[in-house]
Amino acid sequence: MIAKLALAIFGGLALLCGLPLVVETYTLFNLTVFAAMAIFALSLGLVWGFSGILSLGQSVFFGLGAYAYAIAAINFSDSTPALVAALAAPTTLALLIGYFAFFGRVTDVYFGVISLTTSLILYSLVNSTSDQSFVIGKAPLGGYNGIPSVPPINWPFMPEWTLGFEDMYYLTGVLLLIVYVGLRLLLVSPFGRICIGVRESETRAELLGYDVRKYKLGMFCIGAAIAGLAGALFAAWGSFVGPDSFSVSFAAQAIIWVMFGGLGTLIGPIIGCVALQAITTWLGQVKIIDPNIVLGLIFIAAVLLLPQGIVPALQGLYRRFMPRRQGSGAA
Amino acid sequence: MILETRQLWCRFGGVAAVAGVDFQLEEGEVRCLIGANGAGKSTFFKMLTGQLRPTSGAISVMGRDVTRLAPFEIARLGVGVKMQVPALFDGITVRESLALGALRTLERRRVGDAVQAMLKQIQLEAEADVQVGLLSHGQRQWVELGMVLMADPKLVLLDEPAAGMTRGEVEKTIALIGRLRGRHTVVVVEHDMHFVGRIAEKVTVFHRGMVLAEGSMDTILRDSRVREVYLGRKAGGVRG
Repeated sequence: MIAKLALAIFGGLALLCGLPLVVETYTLFNLTVFAAMAIFALSLGLVWGFSGILSLGQSVFFGLGAYAYAIAAINFSDSTPALVAALAAPTTLALLIGYFAFFGRVTDVYFGVISLTTSLILYSLVNSTSDQSFVIGKAPLGGYNGIPSVPPINWPFMPEWTLGFEDMYYLTGVLLLIVYVGLRLLLVSPFGRICIGVRESETRAELLGYDVRKYKLGMFCIGAAIAGLAGALFAAWGSFVGPDSFSVSFAAQAIIWVMFGGLGTLIGPIIGCVALQAITTWLGQVKIIDPNIVLGLIFIAAVLLLPQGIVPALQGLYRRFMPRRQGSGAA
Repeated sequence: MILETRQLWCRFGGVAAVAGVDFQLEEGEVRCLIGANGAGKSTFFKMLTGQLRPTSGAISVMGRDVTRLAPFEIARLGVGVKMQVPALFDGITVRESLALGALRTLERRRVGDAVQAMLKQIQLEAEADVQVGLLSHGQRQWVELGMVLMADPKLVLLDEPAAGMTRGEVEKTIALIGRLRGRHTVVVVEHDMHFVGRIAEKVTVFHRGMVLAEGSMDTILRDSRVREVYLGRKAGGVRG
């Protein structure tokens, strides 16, 4: 476990430091947003893959994090409280939704519908705030136009020391690594192991004396906070946040990333997200075919040919040729 | 008294699945609940575990009223439950499943040793790192029993622990339950009279949601009412 983590950390850092030496500035710019989206994919991969909660509207927490960051950064002219707000706002909403859903014994399918409906409500709500009267402090919500000129991230409590695009690349990459390693550690902690048990059988977990509702709520809130962080990084990267952050199509993209990469793994959502984003970005540049069509075809092909995703398929191949142990864990 | 029910009722619409059951269990006993299909055993069992709320009446475990408690709260009082259809963590290994049985009650550093000891007890050392979903039916039943025992419960409730097992697997399960004697109080719901005859000190017979008879295996076998409604002509050849 320690060796694997060390490998992940050193490998990740080497990749992070090595890429700027070999790729162009534009690619680095794209990689930054890929990393932010990979953090978002991790949030869904965690709640869905490790506690069995299918959050169809996970984009709610991404959008809320992005908006909370933008509004707080504009009002405080400092990204430090804005980042705190970006974590706190989605976590609070997750606490509310999760409390009523899990303690109300809402079943999995209905929970998916509730989360999807929440994203639809927020999408419509934010879209309808284009009137100039919708202002929070100094920040106009902007409706379908979104909030432009979102301040960049600065050094903690030093608003004049803002991060340039290359700094943002390193920050986002390091945060992705921290979230990944943090989640690996979380999943081997008693809390994480019990959540995996809850995913496997809620009945058995409960009969062993675990309050399943609290574990699901805890994992859901952690996932929401991570999605909020991704939203804040996205808003700071593009200096813009719009209602599309809440959209169902964006939530569906995250589901595709996770399924394509591999549900029940941590590296899978990262690989799925980065690979599919790279493909769609490239297709957008060459303009041969609509990227959404290709994304759909890849998704169908993946579901039919690799239903468990790329990473579990590769793990299966590895076990086939190097049989060692048949247990499953977090990759 | 480790377990007691008083005038326990469970109605589904107009049908009373359990009809005013008074039941007492002394500490250290190995008790079997038998009865024909629809006699109310499983409903009674589910009420004891908190999976089903009684319509009326009371259940107390170790002197504490548990009638309205959730299954996890009952489990925390020291009650271990093995289901009729095994409820298992199919996607993880036997070792990890057993560890999850102990994480709540044991210090983290002691879990590994406890898991190793349990693997030996349920004779699944060779399968320790195999995913539970890949095991045979009998092995899965033992994993579930192992998980239940990892928390060292005072009261162990087993619903048809030998269901679907081969004769050899049944013998192994009998030996496993035999080793619980003296350390745990055990309630077993079972159909297999050969199995019941091998493990039970005392038997409670359910019929139409009520307790028809209670006593030692010999007493039950001699009871004409039991022979009429449950054992029938098989009664003579049930002792293993």
